[in-house]
Amino acid sequence: MPRPSDVFLTLWDLAVSGALWTNLAPSLMRLLVGSTIGATVGIAVGVMIGLFSFARAGLVPLVAAIFPIPKIALLPLFVIWFGIDEASKYALIAFGTFTPTVVSTYGAVDNVDRSLIRMGQSFGLRWSTVVFRIVLPGAMPGILSGLRVSLAIAIILLVAAEMLGAEYGIGAYILQAGSLYDLERLFAGVTILSMLGVLLSTAVGAVEKHVLGWRT
Amino acid sequence: MELRLEGVSHRYGDVEVIRNIDLSIPKGRIVCIVGPSGCGKSTLLRFLGGLERPTSGSVSQVGEPPSDSINPLTYVFQDFALLPWRTVEGNISLILSDHGVPKKEAEDIITDVLARTKLSDFRKALPKQLSGGMKQRVAIARALAVNPAVLLMDEPLSALDSQTRELLMDDLVDLWTRAPFTAVYVTHNLAEAVRLGHQIVVLSRRPGAINEIVEIDTPLAERSSADPDLERTQQHLWALMRAEAEAADMELIDD
Repeated sequence: MPRPSDVFLTLWDLAVSGALWTNLAPSLMRLLVGSTIGATVGIAVGVMIGLFSFARAGLVPLVAAIFPIPKIALLPLFVIWFGIDEASKYALIAFGTFTPTVVSTYGAVDNVDRSLIRMGQSFGLRWSTVVFRIVLPGAMPGILSGLRVSLAIAIILLVAAEMLGAEYGIGAYILQAGSLYDLERLFAGVTILSMLGVLLSTAVGAVEKHVLGWRT
Repeated sequence: MELRLEGVSHRYGDVEVIRNIDLSIPKGRIVCIVGPSGCGKSTLLRFLGGLERPTSGSVSQVGEPPSDSINPLTYVFQDFALLPWRTVEGNISLILSDHGVPKKEAEDIITDVLARTKLSDFRKALPKQLSGGMKQRVAIARALAVNPAVLLMDEPLSALDSQTRELLMDDLVDLWTRAPFTAVYVTHNLAEAVRLGHQIVVLSRRPGAINEIVEIDTPLAERSSADPDLERTQQHLWALMRAEAEAADMELIDD
């Protein structure tokens, strides 16, 4: 085991030499693009499932079927479909965040207080108003807590995505260090991922505080 | 505008819940519907609001709703149904803006209904900051904001404690005295019925049918809980319902 001080020194060197940024920048980009696509499509599909029984009948088994597939195992497939460049990495992260987001979103929509929807209908509100002003805000607590899980999964998949054909990136850096048994660098990389996790979780927390201030 | 039920019967599968009800809701009056639990009171209210259709019989509107009525048949629910993420004002403005009321006009309507329900100081409050009684006042304000032709109230005071219920009954009497509205008021509380009803419809146990219709002529504003006439009416209503309430209480729930 490397000493914590050695890990810290390695991190310091990384920061000073500028290698930190060359590795972090592409990783952040992959994380951002991939999880944004995955979460957006996931929320949209989850809301559809929550609202329409035909969507539920068709999509719930499909989501249940793709959820347990280790997305890492599909990486070669994505490389063939999307090329070895960034697109396959985006696709892997997007696909991985999509499924947990769908599941948590339709659960959240199911949990919206039915009496509020009935109220909206009894006042003759338009369908779109009921969805965007009653269902979505009501489902927001569940959607955001689902997002915490999805974003953690996105970080896990980031490393997987960088296993193939990534010159730079935190994942690539960790894998390279791992294959050389350079434990200081390995731990430095892992520390960065952990900090990234804490950062994302804090960000979701800040959004929750802002958006869900109405909760008791 | 008046509402009229003619020969309304309803069954859920094999279970007959309502049998042959004829009833009309006259304009500017409060009609209370009382009955033992499970007699189909709330179902009847859903028919009146058009949320559900009876198996047979007809529900009709007689005459046109007033032209400035935004939502002619408006419910007030037992559980308030306020959006917890919107302020008092926001809960009302959502409905007005969806019906295309201009912002300025909506502001005026909101100011007016909040003043009528004594909520002017709570305009920016969130539902979580309000007591149960205040929440129901907001729900009533929201219902008044759309200027309904008929208010359909489903046990509006049943979730409140008895003191708050007294206060809200006084408020409802005040509201009606200043500007008479038409309402159907479903309740299982006979004290509420004799206090607020011009007409009290007593339903029998399932299948719900009209047992008796009691008219009370004393003006709402002059009714007090100590009034011997009202006391007698309430006793009479209880005598009508007692045996059935007992039977309903003993019933096994098998569905």
